[in-house]
Amino acid sequence: MHHVELDRWSRGRSLLHARDARVKILLLVAYLAAVATSPRVSVAWLAVYGFPLLAAVLVADLPVGAVLLRAAVVLPFSAAFAVASVVAGDSQRAAALALKSYLSAAAVLVLMGTTPLGRLLRGLERLRVPGFLILVVQFLHRYLFVLSEQAQHMRLAALCRGGWSFRQAAGGVAVLFARSYDRAEGIHQAMLARGFAGRAASPEPARAGWKDWLFLLAGLALVAALRFFLGGVWSR
Amino acid sequence: MEPLIKVRDLHFRYEDGTLALDGVNFELSAGETVALFGPNGSGKTTFVLHLNGLLLGQGEVTVGGLRVEKNNLGLVRRKVGLVFQDADEQLFMPTVFEDVCFGPLNLGLSPPEAAAAARHALEQVGMGHALERAPYHLSAGEKRRVALAGVLAMQPEILVLDEPTTFLDPPGRRALLEVLRGLPQAKLIVTHDVWFARALARRAVFFERGRIVRDGPVDELLARFHWNLSESLDVVAPPGA
Repeated sequence: MHHVELDRWSRGRSLLHARDARVKILLLVAYLAAVATSPRVSVAWLAVYGFPLLAAVLVADLPVGAVLLRAAVVLPFSAAFAVASVVAGDSQRAAALALKSYLSAAAVLVLMGTTPLGRLLRGLERLRVPGFLILVVQFLHRYLFVLSEQAQHMRLAALCRGGWSFRQAAGGVAVLFARSYDRAEGIHQAMLARGFAGRAASPEPARAGWKDWLFLLAGLALVAALRFFLGGVWSR
Repeated sequence: MEPLIKVRDLHFRYEDGTLALDGVNFELSAGETVALFGPNGSGKTTFVLHLNGLLLGQGEVTVGGLRVEKNNLGLVRRKVGLVFQDADEQLFMPTVFEDVCFGPLNLGLSPPEAAAAARHALEQVGMGHALERAPYHLSAGEKRRVALAGVLAMQPEILVLDEPTTFLDPPGRRALLEVLRGLPQAKLIVTHDVWFARALARRAVFFERGRIVRDGPVDELLARFHWNLSESLDVVAPPGA
């Protein structure tokens, strides 16, 4: 399970893990913007933009190979567009699509791998992301595991009785949907029973210290340098 | 003394037309523990959902002198702590600690107060070491105890437990029993687990087709309704053993 692994990473103890979630989120957004808007890509560009990420992975003591591999999950999605660009004769754009999406995914993984989901969501909340959206993400994360377990059980039960065809799997999805609906009802009741009134508050208000602000400033300076000097010069 | 819970002539019909409660009368006093027995589908769970206003039927339900109705649900839910049958449905926050803080924060406690209440409740159920763990990494027994802590942290006067021993192994059941025995609250326990009920309650009620058909000592009810497996069957070992 992807998110169980990420959850384990996020509970590590490093300089990066200790930083305030808001600071990391802001930095990620700045980095993504720099990646997305850089005009041209090349091997040198990849090296320049990839270096700070690699450094972050090492500082956070995340498994380098696993991060690189997991970041590749976005490739099938961007590959379709990349192929279309190649067909259209624009191989530079194809490379940009693939490399940019890959680096972006790796950057998001670094954030997810150094920030427990609870803190990440509180950080988003304090950055004024709508509470409803945050609740949805939180529930999705929590029940993905329960749902996939349920799907596994159904598949096993079907195999025990002789098969698991595409048709049965389709029926299984329908049953899974119905069960999820029931479960959602149950969860809602459990929330109401404990006095839920529309917003899940956080028990630990995040406070950013001087180290966090320093980290943010240094990070933003680095991203600006990447975008306006290094990356730009080297990819010419 | 005024009973903590008083239910008079409670009726409830689900939207699909099923009559789930057909005139329930019930009382529970402070400090008392009562077991709720009855066949599947006899209305036990529907009944307990009325006690903190998750369902509102026809009839009268009062909790600590308060009528259970739309405008005082907040107060009622503070008095009645409901522990659900499926702990996975109750544990929805990313960590154990945040989950147990959920109730107290909803009650309007400040974050430090809520954190203190959560820590205390987790100590009470013997899960004080698991604050930062994610609920899906817990065993069934641990989940159940954390779910109980989530309710205890709201300091209810009454605990309502719906099938608390489902999915628990014998050590898990024993651990839960120890925890519950140490809690001063009045308790209402929906269960098929005769051993568990006997260890906790003296009084029991028996549900059948949406009514309480008998109210009395646990052993008397078990005998009357042939509800105890080992006593109602002559067979204690498989044939031929």
